[in-house]
Amino acid sequence: MQRNEMKLEFDSRSCNEGFARVAVAAFMTQLNPTLEEVADVKTAVSEAVTNSIIHAYEGAVRKIVIEARIEDELLTVAVKDTGKGIADVERAMEPMFTTKAECDRAGMGFAFMEAFMDSLAVESEPGRGTCVTMTKHITREQNKYERQ
Amino acid sequence: MEQYFEVKGTTLIVKLPAEIDHHNAEELRAGADRLLQRRLIRLVVFDFERTVFMDSSGIGMIMGRYKTMRFMGGNVIAVHVNERMQRIMKLSGICKLVDICEEIPEARQIT
Repeated sequence: MQRNEMKLEFDSRSCNEGFARVAVAAFMTQLNPTLEEVADVKTAVSEAVTNSIIHAYEGAVRKIVIEARIEDELLTVAVKDTGKGIADVERAMEPMFTTKAECDRAGMGFAFMEAFMDSLAVESEPGRGTCVTMTKHITREQNKYERQ
Repeated sequence: MEQYFEVKGTTLIVKLPAEIDHHNAEELRAGADRLLQRRLIRLVVFDFERTVFMDSSGIGMIMGRYKTMRFMGGNVIAVHVNERMQRIMKLSGICKLVDICEEIPEARQIT
């Protein structure tokens, strides 16, 4: 079984959004993904990190942690913050729901994560922080061949 | 910054960057709004020619400008939209509001 892990900790500055999604994209290349799969993961990571910056820390500079893991063909990405948390996770995940409409937020963050990944789990505790865990199955003919 | 924007007659063309996320959507929003306040603009064209990445922050930015333009009686379109961007626009429902066109229409005159 192929297994690999990485952990990344960075400041919750908006200029790190690009860095975070590119770092995860680089980590997943060993799975031999298609360009579309890479784009899907980059979008999902960007959404999760942006949520932490805008909603969890509300612009304050603190730390965001990304943990990514590869087990065979399964990519798992967790984005964690220790910010203000989400009081009503179910409501927050509704498409078009946003608490920051005045900042031009579309309320599509979680909807995009759900659409572009295979699974999405959100654990949050008000005052303690939020952990978003996403998985995506990356299947390539070549991967299958190499394992035989 | 200014290289993102071009005004032709009453048309504002926003030449979007390669990547649109929360980090630069704010800059695009501020720049576009400044021009919308100062010039008579009837049509906003979002040009995706260079764009390979956009997340929901980009959608929010476009939606916000759409609301402003509709309020002022104008319109918003998108051009040079690749397959990926089309998928993002479909998923967010914004393609129901913003027409996707092949090319930038000829500069419109005040009638």
